[in-house]
Amino acid sequence: MQFMLLFSRQGKLRLQKWYVPLSDKEKKKITRELVQTVLARKPKMCSFLEWRDLKIVYKRYASLYFCCAIEDQDNELITLEIIHRYVELLDKYFGSVCELDIIFNFEKAYFILDEFLLGGEAQETSKKNVLKAIEQADLSYFSFSRGWI
Amino acid sequence: MPAVSKGDGMRGLAVFISDIRNCKSKEAEIKRINKELANIRSKFKGDKALDGYSKKKYVCKLLFIFLLGHDIDFGHMEAVNLLSSNKYTEKQIGYLFISVLVNSNSELIRLINNAIKNDLSSRNPTFMCLALHCIANVGSREMAEAFASEIPRILVAGDTMDSVKQSAALCLLRLYKTSPDLVLMGEWTSRVVHLLNDQHMGVVTAAISLITCLSQKNPDEFKTCVSLAVSRLSRIVSSASTDLQDYTYYFVPAPWLSCKLLRLLQCYPPPEDGAVKGRLVECLETILNKAQEPPKSKKVQHSNAKNAILFEAISLIIHYDSEPNLLVRACNQLGQFLQHRETNLRYLALESMCTLASSEFSHEAVKTHIETVINALKTERDVSVRQRAADLLYAMCDRSNAKQIVAEMLSYLETADYSIREEMVLKVAILAEKYAVDYSWYVDTILNLIRIAGDYVSEEVWYRVIQIVINRDDVQGYAAKTVFEVLLHEPSKFGRWFGSVLLGRPLVQFNLLHSKFHLCSVPTRALLLSAYIKFINLFPETKATIQEVLRCDSQIRNSDVELQQRAVEYLKLSSIASTDVLATVLEEMPPFPERESSILAKLKKKKGPGAVSVTELDDSKREAGELNGGADRGPDTASTPSPSADLLGIRSAAPVGAAQTNAGSLLVDVFSDSGCSHFPFPLLPIHSLFVLLPICFHPCFVLGLSLHPCPVLWPPSSAPPSEDPAPPLSEADELLNKFVCKNNGVLFENQLLQIGIKSEYRQNLGRMYLFYGNKTSVQFASFSTTVSCPGELQLNVQSKPVEPLVEGGAQIQQVLNIECITDFCDAPLLNIKFSRYGGALQNLTLKLPVTINKFFQPTEMSSSDFFQRWKQLSQPQQEAQKIFKANHSMDTEVLKAKLLGLGTALLDNVDPNPENYVCAGVIQTKGQQIGCLLRLEPNAQAQMYRLTLRCSKDTVSKRLCELLAQQF
Repeated sequence: MQFMLLFSRQGKLRLQKWYVPLSDKEKKKITRELVQTVLARKPKMCSFLEWRDLKIVYKRYASLYFCCAIEDQDNELITLEIIHRYVELLDKYFGSVCELDIIFNFEKAYFILDEFLLGGEAQETSKKNVLKAIEQADLSYFSFSRGWI
Repeated sequence: MPAVSKGDGMRGLAVFISDIRNCKSKEAEIKRINKELANIRSKFKGDKALDGYSKKKYVCKLLFIFLLGHDIDFGHMEAVNLLSSNKYTEKQIGYLFISVLVNSNSELIRLINNAIKNDLSSRNPTFMCLALHCIANVGSREMAEAFASEIPRILVAGDTMDSVKQSAALCLLRLYKTSPDLVLMGEWTSRVVHLLNDQHMGVVTAAISLITCLSQKNPDEFKTCVSLAVSRLSRIVSSASTDLQDYTYYFVPAPWLSCKLLRLLQCYPPPEDGAVKGRLVECLETILNKAQEPPKSKKVQHSNAKNAILFEAISLIIHYDSEPNLLVRACNQLGQFLQHRETNLRYLALESMCTLASSEFSHEAVKTHIETVINALKTERDVSVRQRAADLLYAMCDRSNAKQIVAEMLSYLETADYSIREEMVLKVAILAEKYAVDYSWYVDTILNLIRIAGDYVSEEVWYRVIQIVINRDDVQGYAAKTVFEVLLHEPSKFGRWFGSVLLGRPLVQFNLLHSKFHLCSVPTRALLLSAYIKFINLFPETKATIQEVLRCDSQIRNSDVELQQRAVEYLKLSSIASTDVLATVLEEMPPFPERESSILAKLKKKKGPGAVSVTELDDSKREAGELNGGADRGPDTASTPSPSADLLGIRSAAPVGAAQTNAGSLLVDVFSDSGCSHFPFPLLPIHSLFVLLPICFHPCFVLGLSLHPCPVLWPPSSAPPSEDPAPPLSEADELLNKFVCKNNGVLFENQLLQIGIKSEYRQNLGRMYLFYGNKTSVQFASFSTTVSCPGELQLNVQSKPVEPLVEGGAQIQQVLNIECITDFCDAPLLNIKFSRYGGALQNLTLKLPVTINKFFQPTEMSSSDFFQRWKQLSQPQQEAQKIFKANHSMDTEVLKAKLLGLGTALLDNVDPNPENYVCAGVIQTKGQQIGCLLRLEPNAQAQMYRLTLRCSKDTVSKRLCELLAQQF
């Protein structure tokens, strides 16, 4: 996977993860272009499209679009399920996740993603194992700095 | 603000985010951000040392601001400080900031790397993971330099925790992608491969991505992974849906790992070991069987995961392309998907079938779905699905269904989305050409294409059409007639055809043409003017009318410089040139040399390399070859078409000087880019049209070349893309012989490449300039040349590598420095390799015209000296003699020029018989001087020569005698 973008129906970028080195300018350009392309598509259309020399796999969950760019030989359907598993992880962690959770706890969304995908490849697909790693971090926080909340 | 804020919720951050969200305008947002930045800056600069929590909170705010799209130019140091905190969440935020905002500030990189080093050696698995995540996220060269050698150790160490292994594997993968030279697996290879056997599914899932990437680059070193992957896959495929616990996803066991295993196997050919192969085929069959079973869940996740594995398995089956049974089953499965209610599956089925269509085992099976695919093209609501359908139709097209498919594509073009029209046009044009059985169909199709989608017909398409029409006598009549008729009714779209294809009564024809002149674009008008001058040549009765047209102000004073120049020069040409000159200047161009279809190239360029496979190319050539074989050709074209001949090049070149007998048959524009490109070598100064015209028509005359097109010397379809230099061409010696008595000229030329040479020699040293000209309109890639010298240490040739890219129409130069060490017989070999569009490698070897006589120093001597030395060289082996028939003119001046070109001194008044020629010279090698005497006795009556050579070295006598016997 080359990158993953989360954006709202209004086109606001909520999360961006880049697995290939690109300049900030290029990232902004890609984001603008893709957000526009994906938002213009109708609900019943297929979840895959060719874009530059990449394949875009996207899915909408409530107000959020999850959008991944994969390479030619990568599998579209399994990428769709990568997205779904990530949504499940967020959902499990936040409890009925909504867009606001991701806005206010953006750093958590990044941490969960890092436990699940690393360098653009699946690192751990077990929901239990990913959440264990994240909760451990939360626990370690409570044990050290409860007093600061 | 959400009610739940888990873990270490930072209140200040939440308030700030809330504020930003409540901003009514962009200006308000910027104001709020600037306020916050000022606040954070003052906190960071303040006297009071910040505690870890505050630091973390402010760094997190900065990160938020950056992710909103604003620039952040401070806070990096504070983030780096967080890295050395021993509180996990502080460290975590520090690493996140670094990962997102890293810049190549060298001072910081050193500090960051230090912190990472500490965490990696901390033995705290959560810290180690954080550090590895950071390396994987940043993935810079500096990090690769610092950690590439350390991570493999962590990956395979026995006491490393599973979670750390997972991070280490993918971290290494990222570093390998950025800096493959720094990641050396070496001794770790086997242990990394064995991670496929790891008990922990997460470790296998992470490791397999690394192994797949490494296998692609070093397949041999990693080939033991094949059997491990097969047995792992077999265990997963045969497991019950509950066996793998949390790695089962919606009743599908380990779908991610299964896909990756199948993907890894695609890096290798089918397993050679029968047992392994049997097991794998069993797996693939099981996967295909499962597709027919009723679903275990109605959830789309279940079917997606299951089908992801199925599609990956089908990719593997297509990759192997060796199991007809599996291929046909795959095709049937995809056929079911073509009518599935899920758009995603229809899309993927169309895409996957496209590759299946190119397998000989499944091509026919794919074709049975033609109606469904045509229906998809007509009814799919999503343009990206229609695009796939169009791709599949293109891929499944062959002789049997071409007419149907082309017709469907044409009718689709009428309503096609603008985004894909140009590509569709190219595809229609290619199919029409590739499968044209009768040319009237071809011409009709192309005319239709122009009618329907004129604006999307790129230049390449009409260039190509004209090339084809010009090279086929039998299609010209029909093409001309059809165009003429169209011209009467619908002129605007066919402008570009005018200039090329015409018939009928000359004046009527001219008047019709000219009546549309004002409707045409500038380039078309330029073509028309060229057509007019050809009218004058072919039909002198039109001369007065046309001259009048050319003379009028709108032509001769046209504001467009190109049109004005053409008008002026054509007018002048028509009035001052005699009919003979005019006929010569405007003589018909020879047919276009065979070359790859320019439209195929265009399509490839549009779709990126690999989109049009090499097999497809070969296929098209093969098809065209058959077609040519069956086509009705004139008696003078009985020569066997080369195996790679396409629609072009089916006629041998028109004989030089043959007048155009079939008046009115066809006119070629000399200025269009589609004409033969010949390189002026050395660059000819082209000042005016009058110089240009004859060059265009008689390039061979001007350049001193033979007009006969070279045979295709290394047909791309048959030459294996081998790395070894090809053996020298069969005519390499003949080419070499042309340069024995001269130093400059064109050494070699075929349809793709022209090689010119300029050389000079002094004593035992020489310098040669090689000019490589790309005659095609497309780039040559990986262009490389190598010079090798047969024989041991006889010649020393040094050269610099040439530019690897030669643009279409460009010429590049290479300089060779040559030193003659000792006398030699075999010429150095010049091997040239390049590829076009990343396709088949072109590989050819020539002999460089470096012959022993190039190192001659002429020696003047008196008659008595000559005979004295002649007698000294009287041992039988020192003399070489040959009697041979004259192959060239025996004219004295010609002979003298050749002998001087040889490099020797031509001695007068030596031989008692004035008809004979006597020469003397010394060959300079590095270690030796070799004296040579030559006597050439012509017998004009018998058209014979006797050539005698005496040299101080026997091998030289022999070699010179051989070389010279070819020259006279």
